[in-house]
Amino acid sequence: MKRILLAAAGLLSLVGVAHASTLDEVKARGALNCGVSQGLPGFSSPNDKNEWTGFDVDFCRAVAAAIFNDPTKVKFTPLSAKDRFTALTSGAIDLLSRNTTWTMSRDTTLGFNFAGVTYYDGQGFLVRKSLGLKGSKELEGASICVQTGTSNELNVGDYFRANNMKYREVIAFATLDETVKAYESGRCDVFTSDKSQLAAVRLKLTNPADHVLLPETISKEPLGPLVRHGDDQWFDLVKWTYFALLDAEELGVTSKNVGEMVNSANPEVKRLLGTDGKYGEGIGLTADWVVRIVKATGNYGEIYDRNVGPSTPLGIERGLNNLWNHGGIQYGMPVR
Amino acid sequence: MSDARLSDPALGRRRWSWTDPKLRSSVIQIVLGLVLVWLVWSFYANAQGNLSRLGIASGFGFLEDRAGFAISQTLIPYNENMSYGRAFLVGLLNTLLVAFLGVILATILGFLVGVARLSKNVVIKALASAYVEVTRNLPPLFQILFWYLAVLAALPTPRQSWGVGLQPLFGALGSGLSAIGLGFLGAPLSAFAADLGAPAVFINNRGLMMPKPIFGEGSGLILAALVLALVVSFLIARWARKRREATGAQFPVFWSSLGLIIVLPLIAAALVGFPVHMDVPHLRGFNFQGGLSVIPEFVALLLALSTYTAGFIAEIVRSGILAVSKGQSEAAHSLGLRTGPTLRLVIIPQAMRVIVPPLTSQYLNLTKNSSLGVAVGYPDLFAIFAGTTLNQTGQAIEIIAMTMAVYLAISIVTSLIMGWYNKRVALVER
Repeated sequence: MKRILLAAAGLLSLVGVAHASTLDEVKARGALNCGVSQGLPGFSSPNDKNEWTGFDVDFCRAVAAAIFNDPTKVKFTPLSAKDRFTALTSGAIDLLSRNTTWTMSRDTTLGFNFAGVTYYDGQGFLVRKSLGLKGSKELEGASICVQTGTSNELNVGDYFRANNMKYREVIAFATLDETVKAYESGRCDVFTSDKSQLAAVRLKLTNPADHVLLPETISKEPLGPLVRHGDDQWFDLVKWTYFALLDAEELGVTSKNVGEMVNSANPEVKRLLGTDGKYGEGIGLTADWVVRIVKATGNYGEIYDRNVGPSTPLGIERGLNNLWNHGGIQYGMPVR
Repeated sequence: MSDARLSDPALGRRRWSWTDPKLRSSVIQIVLGLVLVWLVWSFYANAQGNLSRLGIASGFGFLEDRAGFAISQTLIPYNENMSYGRAFLVGLLNTLLVAFLGVILATILGFLVGVARLSKNVVIKALASAYVEVTRNLPPLFQILFWYLAVLAALPTPRQSWGVGLQPLFGALGSGLSAIGLGFLGAPLSAFAADLGAPAVFINNRGLMMPKPIFGEGSGLILAALVLALVVSFLIARWARKRREATGAQFPVFWSSLGLIIVLPLIAAALVGFPVHMDVPHLRGFNFQGGLSVIPEFVALLLALSTYTAGFIAEIVRSGILAVSKGQSEAAHSLGLRTGPTLRLVIIPQAMRVIVPPLTSQYLNLTKNSSLGVAVGYPDLFAIFAGTTLNQTGQAIEIIAMTMAVYLAISIVTSLIMGWYNKRVALVER
């Protein structure tokens, strides 16, 4: 029913009238509407106090902090992979931060703008240890579970074809929960998704030690937040929130020292934190927007370490997601 | 005064007046029509404007683009390199398959339970009542998930499949007899079981695997024999009806037709030397390869839809039968008809007039409920087209419109067929 309602809302919004500025709407509403996934440890899941936490959730909070100076002014909408785009098109959410792969068709014909790549990922395979598989080239004849509406659903066919292998069947489920349940009940030999998601799902299984990720990465999955076409100011705001998080890490601005860093003599830090120039006004905010963000959520590195880093249950090394000057490819554009 | 007006030809012409009901209503209708046209046009223009403003693609060109995703049950050949249009057809056929089989199963089960609720046997009656109350009071989505998860959990993995065949039956019987000391009977039975070879039908949590018949050269003759048998059966039925109407003599049409349909193709097959061989499923790697397989998603959806709808049909059947007055069955009994023929020849035909119209609604409900299969990964039209394809292409307006048109068309065709049938069974008043 929710799906039908969402689709209907999408239709109505397309036949309805044009929207006012997204930032004005968000300010008038007093809360940011942010689409997240329906429960993926480390990325977006409610904690024991029923508050949303995770990597994708913290990005929503960073945007809310930039606008309202209050990271709690976010209304989270949990969405399945299938429903997420309709929700964004229809205006039910202002921002989709839901481990979504940046692809050309989504960026163009679907009518969205990707604000950046918050997490560089790749698709992998989760299998039972008891199968004794060494790599994904041994998956000939397997039954594969996948969540519908994902780029994973498309990659798996291409991968098997490119490697001259045949799967027995690909069963596509509407939500992540159903997909995982089917995998756990033995309906499929393999569950395929982005590796970060597989690591998170593995933790939710009854006995995580019985399952193992195959070493291969079969695709590029650049995940990032996205907004609707047609509101460049809002697009800039979301994009620069992401860059600000990276710049803050690069310049050593953290949630703990941001109070002192405001007095820093470093011109780059001064521009970032708004003590020199009024760059924040270019995106409809005040000069000290980054101070608010970093106070609320910390910089990119803090968000990463808190949610998915080596010290968390997920334990994913920074790898590609390290800063460009630390061996990764995360690169924040300069504030100037 | 009015007389003068009527007789005056000049005044007899219609005049523009709101007091004239005919004129008034046509003006209102024209205005309403114009408003409707304007609404539709403005919806269309607005949608076009908004789509191009957001830079979203539109039009039906996407139907020819490469789909790129796999589908787990395909009645026609399909692979990722085929188009969205082809995927649409695959989904449509999957919807039609589950709806068609669901309607048949629900009808049979519904009639049985409906009649059982009227039984004089207390146990049968209570069981039927319990069935109706349980199935129609639980949400269909819940029932689908129940069948899927409960059934899947109970089934073994492919490597420990349950083989179904005569071999395990005879084998078990043989070893059972040996175990209780009747070795002289058990040993030959076990040997016979081993002779039968491995089972050919398997059940596991990947579904039901069956041998697939592959027809070789000369199979055309078998098909021709089958067609011939069907034609002859039809002619026999017509001849028997005419004879019964003329003389009252009965002829066993059912059994003779059944015999013809089985025996004629068998003779034909023997003539061409049984050119049929079975593609038996066999375990290789993870799974069974070859043969025919029925996926558990389909089985769960079919079972859930047909048992759910059967609960409603049972009540419709019960009400239909109760609507036939008691005098009818008493009259039939007094003419010497037994309970079976009374039900079949007197009660049911009259009950059908009450049963058929609400039955149509249940068939339509079942068809529409099949879209719930998306929850268990059954690749029906809704899942493939209004789900995956919509997500992939983002062309909500075109896809939702096409999906609505298809469900509407299925429903209208069902209604037409049932309407035609209703006319046939309706009471003919003489």
